[in-house]
Amino acid sequence: MLIKIAKPSDLRESDVTPESIYLSRRRFMGGMVGLGAGLALSGNVHANADYSDVPEGDAPAWLKEKISDTQWRAITPSNPDKDKIAPFDDASGYNNFYEFGADKTDPARHAGSLKTQPWSVVVDGEVNNGGRFALEDFAKPSQFEERIYRLRCVEAWSMVIPWLGIPLAEVIKRADPTSKAKYVRFETLVDPEQMPGQRSSFSLIDWPYVEGLRLDEAMNPLTLLAMGMYGRELPNQNGAPLRLVVPWKYGFKSIKSIVRISLVEEQPVNTWQLLAPNEYGFYANVNPQVDHPRWSQATERRLPNSLFRPNTIDTQMFNGYADEVAEMYAGLDLKANY
Amino acid sequence: MAALNLWLLWRLGVFFAALAPLLFWSWQVANNAAGPEPGNYLLLNIGLGGLWMLLLTLSLTPLTKLTRWKGFALIRRQLGLWTLAYATLHLLCYVLFILGLNWALLGSELVKRPYIIVGMLALIGLAVLGATSNRWSMKRLGKRWKPLHKLSYLILGLVLLHFFWVVRADLQEWAMYAAIAALIMATRLPPIARTLPKLRYRLSRR
Repeated sequence: MLIKIAKPSDLRESDVTPESIYLSRRRFMGGMVGLGAGLALSGNVHANADYSDVPEGDAPAWLKEKISDTQWRAITPSNPDKDKIAPFDDASGYNNFYEFGADKTDPARHAGSLKTQPWSVVVDGEVNNGGRFALEDFAKPSQFEERIYRLRCVEAWSMVIPWLGIPLAEVIKRADPTSKAKYVRFETLVDPEQMPGQRSSFSLIDWPYVEGLRLDEAMNPLTLLAMGMYGRELPNQNGAPLRLVVPWKYGFKSIKSIVRISLVEEQPVNTWQLLAPNEYGFYANVNPQVDHPRWSQATERRLPNSLFRPNTIDTQMFNGYADEVAEMYAGLDLKANY
Repeated sequence: MAALNLWLLWRLGVFFAALAPLLFWSWQVANNAAGPEPGNYLLLNIGLGGLWMLLLTLSLTPLTKLTRWKGFALIRRQLGLWTLAYATLHLLCYVLFILGLNWALLGSELVKRPYIIVGMLALIGLAVLGATSNRWSMKRLGKRWKPLHKLSYLILGLVLLHFFWVVRADLQEWAMYAAIAALIMATRLPPIARTLPKLRYRLSRR
């Protein structure tokens, strides 16, 4: 696959100022007198006006500022006609986040109770620069990038989603891992009062939700720590305020609402592997040749679909990111290490 | 004559009540209110609806024993056939909207996936019961009809197993249905089955 890394000087159609904004330039300049440059372009009208129909969130000022300074369209699909961005309502209304219930509409219904401000992240383990960071300070040193990734769920459906965030590699470099660090372990918030799914006595999941990556996977340029999507902050149900996005792995690897990132020596046992080791492994690389024991992974339903257009497409090895990631797995038996 | 019409009305009422969920879900799909994957929405809702129908059908016998109301027995065949209809539509949704009419894939899934096999067995069972639910079959089968139709309890077990194998992370909903099923099955155990009419007598004397 071809990944287009845009030069800062590149201009795209999306960079063209929408007419409505152009026409209102005097009003805009008037507003600039009183406001900082980053704040004047409030809401979801950015360098690209694509998100004008996306509801505005409730981001704190620092996050709005980070978003306005985003490098837009840093990574885009090589075939945008095939990989069309899913409507915001679908991406934010139909997903798995078991902390808020087992049904795919539960997260959108129940995640309103999650308090994402203030938020802090612990970086610990085999690092020289660990500590607890306010999310604002954690995000500050890196510029936001917009990356449009395919997201392939292990349940054989997929969506294309435009994320906003920072490369995980930059965060790890700043933490300055020791020579013992071999893996990265991530942990989601545990708070049954805010997360009704954690109150269910029939849940098979042993909270907190845990995920892990090999250090080289974590350092791969594709691996993203997202704090926004669709030109705004993350909705709670999509893992606000901080989530992982690993586009060549099944969606469950992309852990949500992260409170802890630990550099560790031993391979972490991730939640789904603990729950059903014969169905979910540590790697969880998208692989059409290795079926889930209960269903085939050869194809996927690209959402949104409709009744008589199931939109079933062939699943690609590493979800189509083989050029960027395949060499990390040279010599590894992907059937045994699913 | 008036009484006859009342029973007909009751049966018609049950007919439309059983049809209503299907209409409602279709309406939701037609209005784009069923989410980004309407086929899956229909599949899951109709599947669960079929389990409801089966549980309702099987609760009619204990309810009759408890109340001696004739109305329950009158709708037993109808609800049984609704169960078959829901189950058939459930399979149809799977083949049409999930597999996209890929028959080869259906063949391989039928061989490989235990939950599909179990679901298919349950559907075949329901089809046999549906085909033998008419008067002619009852006469032909005679004494064998009743034991044959007790298969419905085995089918209920298969359906719950089918459901169990689809669950990924939370058993709450499944446990609720399993508990209702266990309650219904318990009422057919001879000691409990014998006490149900007595219970009715005691209730009516109060």
